[in-house]
Amino acid sequence: MDKQNENQNGNQEFVDFIVTARKYKTKLTNKYLARQKWEQFNPGYVKSFLPGTVIKLKVKPKQKVKEGELLMIHDAMKMLNRVVSPITGVVKAIHVTEGQKIPKNFLMIEIEPK
Amino acid sequence: MTSLKKNILALREKKVIVELGGGEEAIEKQVAMGKLTARQRIVQLLDKDSFHEYDLFVEHGVRDFGMDKKVLYGDGVITGTGTIFGAPVCIYAQDFTVAGGSLGLMHARKITKIMDHALKMKMPIIGINDSGGARIQEGVSALAGYGEIFYRNTIASGVIPQISVILGPCAGGAVYSPALTDFVFVVENISKMFITGPNVIKTVLGEDISMEDLGGARVHAEITGNAHFYAQSEAECFEQIKKLISFIPCNNTQKAKKIEPKKPTFKKKIDDIIPSEAKEPYDVRDVIRAVVDNSDFFEVQELFAANIIIGFGRMNGETVGLVANQPMVLAGVLDCDSSDKAARFIRFCDSFNIPIITFEDMPGYLPGVDQEHAGVIRHGAKVLYAYSEATVPKITVILRKAYGGGYIAMNSRHLGADFMFAWPSAEIAVMGPEGAANIIFRKEIMEAEDPNKVRQEKVKEYIEKFANPYVAASKGYIDSVIEPSETRNLLLHALDVSKNKEETRPEKKHGIPPF
Repeated sequence: MDKQNENQNGNQEFVDFIVTARKYKTKLTNKYLARQKWEQFNPGYVKSFLPGTVIKLKVKPKQKVKEGELLMIHDAMKMLNRVVSPITGVVKAIHVTEGQKIPKNFLMIEIEPK
Repeated sequence: MTSLKKNILALREKKVIVELGGGEEAIEKQVAMGKLTARQRIVQLLDKDSFHEYDLFVEHGVRDFGMDKKVLYGDGVITGTGTIFGAPVCIYAQDFTVAGGSLGLMHARKITKIMDHALKMKMPIIGINDSGGARIQEGVSALAGYGEIFYRNTIASGVIPQISVILGPCAGGAVYSPALTDFVFVVENISKMFITGPNVIKTVLGEDISMEDLGGARVHAEITGNAHFYAQSEAECFEQIKKLISFIPCNNTQKAKKIEPKKPTFKKKIDDIIPSEAKEPYDVRDVIRAVVDNSDFFEVQELFAANIIIGFGRMNGETVGLVANQPMVLAGVLDCDSSDKAARFIRFCDSFNIPIITFEDMPGYLPGVDQEHAGVIRHGAKVLYAYSEATVPKITVILRKAYGGGYIAMNSRHLGADFMFAWPSAEIAVMGPEGAANIIFRKEIMEAEDPNKVRQEKVKEYIEKFANPYVAASKGYIDSVIEPSETRNLLLHALDVSKNKEETRPEKKHGIPPF
């Protein structure tokens, strides 16, 4: 195999790969190997839609919250974004602190439905 | 001395100064970064002594922020015309030694002027990018400059070939000119392309990533697909550009230049390329090399979505575009990236009168939540759209598997293929035998004493009945079942027959492809 071929593939071994019930011998790409696993959506998980900074937390653990109630202010993309509770319930856990910089899709607050 | 002679000497002196761009110190810095200067790049890329420069004496007219005291020679960009293998091209190269190659109003005007020239004279435009970005002192004028370049890139699209060469930073808004052009060239350790740089990402996210890992040559060649050609050095990059120019026409009313036909030189026998076991992989590029002139296959986007192969070759001295599923990578499935890659290439070929030859061996679409959620439906549709829309000669050779939606997508008769050939090893069916048997004989398999044994039998039965080219041939969907060794001659024949192909489409402003 020439050098270019080696470069373009994530793994050099031929592996079993199933497409509609048939098993093929093939190589996989780096991009395929790095793909993200799908996770079941949890309505009580408040995740960041944008990377940014936590400015102000408005709730405390064990506090009851109503759907639409303000949980925190998140500074992202030059905006002070209001993060509100997606459901009515109790604040189960807070995973951020004020001033913390967070990436996209970061689990910030968990709400337990009540 | 006559006054004309004096004037000539004065001109020469003036040129020497201006042609030095940012001056010797800045040039030393450019060299220290492992880069050639803008002028060296143009000279190396074009035919010897063919470059004629335009707008050498253009200067900016900015008064704010002390800019009135600054002279920026050529306003940081060199523009002009020249030839590659004798064919005229328009070219511009940003000069990083002049204010970091930053783009101001006059810099942009020089670029748009040469772009207008290229479009009017119907010849390719090559843009060499090496710029720190917008010239902040010029404010909204710099943005206007970018906008006017993007507008011209779009208007010229499909009329003249547009080539972008990234030989330095190309960040922020600047990235959208290359993104709108047909072919982007990158060089290891030199090219850097991104919308938001590592500094901002670190400030906002706290994520520490190097420029190379964020938007280096390799990233764009392999992961994002923004780049089409990847080289280890500027010299190698220029050779790639010249080769590309040799394969494509100068505009959409012309055909690519014909060269002297040559027989394939590929050593392996074409009958021996495909393994007898249908599930075993092989390199489909061997099939291409076995049929094209001189076995010279010029691959495009080699590292990106390697499960589909695209590129140029010649048949009887004339350029053809080649599209082939690659069983060696991801079993040759269609997925979001490979669909995108193939569709764009097909549209380029169609715009520039290049016949398309498709080699098919694919098991279907890539299964998985990530693919479905990434929009494999929308992306996969691009392939259908591109093949259906194309009016250049379209030829398909089915080598082995042609299952389900993939059979339709890969330039089937039903999408308007002009010639459909199949090797005797072709398996044209609604899905793979295992999947089909599981559905058709579900009851028998479930009720059997030994379900596995019955399943194996039924799979065998299905393979014998349907996993061949003859069912499709009996309906006229395949024109000829051919021996592999006949492939080149029949392709040459098909291209000859379709020389005067005429196919019209209903008049419209433009279609709405699933971008």
